[in-house]
Amino acid sequence: MTVRALAAPAPPTPAAPTPTPAPPTPAAPGRPQLEATPGRVGESARRPDGIPKVKGQFAFSSDLWADGMLWGRTLRSPHPAARIRAVDTTAAARIPGVRAVLTAGDVPGKPCYGLEHADQPVFAGDVIRYQGEAVAAVAADHPEIAWRAAQAIAVDYEPHEPLTDAEAAITAPPIHPDGNVFRHLTITRGDPDATGDVTVEGTYEVGMQDQAFLGPESGMAIPSDDGGVELFISTQWLHVDRDQVAACLGLPVDRVRLTLAGVGGAFGAREDVSLQVHVCLLALKTGRPVKMVYSREESFFGHVHRHPARMSYRHTATRDGELVKVEARLLLDGGAYASSSTAVIANAACFAAGPYRVPNAVVDGWVVRTNNPPCGAMRGFGAVQACFGHESQMDKLAAALGVDPVELRLRNALRGGDELITGQRLTGTAPAREVIEAAAAHPLPPPPDPDADPMALPGGAGLTAERADVRRGVGFAVGFKNLMYSEGFDDYSTASVRLEEGPDGRPLATVHCAAAEVGQGFVTLAQQIVRSELGVERVVLRAADTQVGSAGSTSASRQTWMSGGAVQAACVAARDALLRRVAQARGVDFQGARRQLLTLRDGEVVHVEGVFRVPLVEALGGRPVEEVREYRHAPTLPLDDRGQGDAHVSYAFAAHRAVVDVDPELGLVRVVQIATGQDVGRALNPLQVTGQIEGGIAQGLGLAVMEEIVVTDGRVRNPSFTDYLIPTALDMPEVLATLIEQPEPGAPFGAKGVGEPPTISSTPAVVAAIRAATGLPLTRVPVSPEDIALARP
Amino acid sequence: MSDQSQSPGYAEAGRAEGSAVPAGSPGGVAPLIDESATYALRVNGRGEAVKAAWLGESLLYVLRERLGLAGSKNACEQGECGSCSVFVDGTLVCACCVLAADAVDADIVTVEGLAQGEALSDVQRCFVDEGAVQCGFCTPGLIVAVTDLLDRCPHAGDMEVREAISGNLCRCTGYGRIFAAVDAVRRRREARA
Ligand code: FES
Ligand code: FES
Repeated sequence: MTVRALAAPAPPTPAAPTPTPAPPTPAAPGRPQLEATPGRVGESARRPDGIPKVKGQFAFSSDLWADGMLWGRTLRSPHPAARIRAVDTTAAARIPGVRAVLTAGDVPGKPCYGLEHADQPVFAGDVIRYQGEAVAAVAADHPEIAWRAAQAIAVDYEPHEPLTDAEAAITAPPIHPDGNVFRHLTITRGDPDATGDVTVEGTYEVGMQDQAFLGPESGMAIPSDDGGVELFISTQWLHVDRDQVAACLGLPVDRVRLTLAGVGGAFGAREDVSLQVHVCLLALKTGRPVKMVYSREESFFGHVHRHPARMSYRHTATRDGELVKVEARLLLDGGAYASSSTAVIANAACFAAGPYRVPNAVVDGWVVRTNNPPCGAMRGFGAVQACFGHESQMDKLAAALGVDPVELRLRNALRGGDELITGQRLTGTAPAREVIEAAAAHPLPPPPDPDADPMALPGGAGLTAERADVRRGVGFAVGFKNLMYSEGFDDYSTASVRLEEGPDGRPLATVHCAAAEVGQGFVTLAQQIVRSELGVERVVLRAADTQVGSAGSTSASRQTWMSGGAVQAACVAARDALLRRVAQARGVDFQGARRQLLTLRDGEVVHVEGVFRVPLVEALGGRPVEEVREYRHAPTLPLDDRGQGDAHVSYAFAAHRAVVDVDPELGLVRVVQIATGQDVGRALNPLQVTGQIEGGIAQGLGLAVMEEIVVTDGRVRNPSFTDYLIPTALDMPEVLATLIEQPEPGAPFGAKGVGEPPTISSTPAVVAAIRAATGLPLTRVPVSPEDIALARP
Repeated sequence: MSDQSQSPGYAEAGRAEGSAVPAGSPGGVAPLIDESATYALRVNGRGEAVKAAWLGESLLYVLRERLGLAGSKNACEQGECGSCSVFVDGTLVCACCVLAADAVDADIVTVEGLAQGEALSDVQRCFVDEGAVQCGFCTPGLIVAVTDLLDRCPHAGDMEVREAISGNLCRCTGYGRIFAAVDAVRRRREARA
């Protein structure tokens, strides 16, 4: 069988001097390796997959191709709430070129899947709970035939009134046997009746944001000889996918093998199963490779979104501006199925008061089931919603007190040793003050230039704004969130490192780790770590797959710490094994403190007392060393019934200052500049850290002024890039970033995850700037032009 | 209330009713693929025969699925993201919006045609060096779009650059490193000129 390689194989094969349209290249199914680019920890090493990506040779999950492959297609419900009376697939099955049509009755294993609770059917059998829920799947010779066949499936629906109001869902009759409340949790800290001099209240809303990664959900399943299946897939966590897929297929996990195919962005949307089970079922049914690729429209229905939130806050402070108490009620709409809702609400609640010393707090957090689209993980994971609430409140409080908003934040900022509202003491670094000061210290942009390009005005290419009407505003916000998994979750990563003589006679290190590279640059970092730890220049990375232990999810800003830690631990173990081998060969005592006598330095095993030095390849003696290690972070605990407990491991802080120009007549906003200070622990690859910061800010800006999945009566109104807008090159402002480097104790290399913090407080900073420019309260994101143009202060 | 719905229903924008299953043909369906439909494309300087294809296939589909040129990407397939950018007779187009059978006789250049063998073009090199690539899904389209811009307007100013690539969505980078890459190409070319 011919299968297109999953990435440009390395080392690069000499290519023809003229451009060659490569026909699908015969290659072993998906076992590519990535070559290293120079650079050790702390340097801006270039991505090892950069060259194949710029040449168009990196194979994403939608690029896979195999001899005799079929195309899969899902049939989805047009109704957000309905009963299915009957499904008739006969007409579809008769279409020439259709090889399989599957419905709920064809699922051999567990009928449902889910990240935390298996409550989502593989195919809806009798009840539809959201618009876009899968009802059937088809495999056919051509994607157009598959689409037509899906059209030809006759489903007899009995639609009914959808439950779409999150508040009503709490008490409404359950729309699922597991009930409507995914989780209700309260945090009670200090004295709930504490009083102060000043109180401000507000109600805030966050719309439903989409991750909108560019690479559509896609993958290929290939039946294997043992009755199992091999799945090439873009995902954030191979092993949790494998476990869910195997359960639904009714197969033991060792007969379901997953390999990571090129991932075109993730941002949380690939944590849940989308097409994984469907494509495997189709492959097993037909005995042929099956490829599935969602259209952009289907993608909007095929993955979870950021939870919309309704939040009421009351802040109480002394007249000197010290926070006395924060009270909050947070209501998140989880949509039809649980996904990771229970963890999202925990985060929203734990970080509801923001990165401030708050002696007294009462937080009431709810996440409920409705007939709206299912919601789950997205970059920032609960902290984003809460941050819009607490930062809007801090500005209100600053206004009520007549103090500068930055000054108020500095006065209350958390410091090492402080306690959070969960009672957990900050034992790691907590540079909340430093990130605030760094963001505020950046120079402001020059005032609006009367001669500037009109393209630079709000509305840009529309050339609609009158220069004289444009008003400038500056806003500030700060946020924080946990790194890695919390509340007692057994969070670990696995890596293997093999050290051997390469084909060229030089030392070669090979890393095998299932961490999903989704664009963040773990592949670069893994190689930097090996170079630093072992001093080996040639490092290759095996494809991420389920043949090695789990690396956990590429989420919660955790892979640098967790899989970075696993790679480092495996390197140390491999080095020890090598040194022990040399010690034995040379008759050197390698017990206890005597181990220090041997080191691996610049490609040589060195006796520190100068007795001998042995080149690494010679030290190997023709036999590779290979070590596998699991890395775990310090254990966490569940929250108790008052929401107290050491639930988290570490936190990252960031602050943002936004400058905007607003045309109040038309309600148009141009973000002129965003300045940030971010707590990174230590920047292991400054170029990649910068990329995460800029990219995260773009998503925060998107939520502030343009991004929302519009849902009315349970129906999505804008499932396309025509109607769901993400920031373009014209929307992004200048970004000024300061990295605050305070190495985190206990973290490998002192590094904190950096992916999520840029997305958290950038949104409220932009909105604060629009408020400053317009004087409007603006309590909902995204802020629409109507919110500005049709409102009057 | 009853609804005998036969459509996937969730909008399916852009799909005309007419593309539904034609009635009255054997088995209720006309064969999709006309075995005799054969045409030739010229891609990256090479002639390519496309045989027994459905004439409704886009240029993007034919490049990716029939000619093995998967470099052009498929992020939206409705002209909104630029990930499928290619040159047709020297003009930058979205390959998803062109019918392949309509591109017969045209000179098509894809991202695969920009490197000279192993040597990256300056645009490709600067994207790698400046950190403009993260997931890389937008990258091929941006490489083609930036190549087009800097060949047409070597002295494009910042606003022109922003405008020129505003049709190429990137969800990962926030564009900062992409602007840096474009700057680096301009500097290299100026240094050489
Ligand atoms: S795939 Fe062609 S513009 Fe998006
Ligand atoms: S790098 Fe991921 S979309 Fe641009």
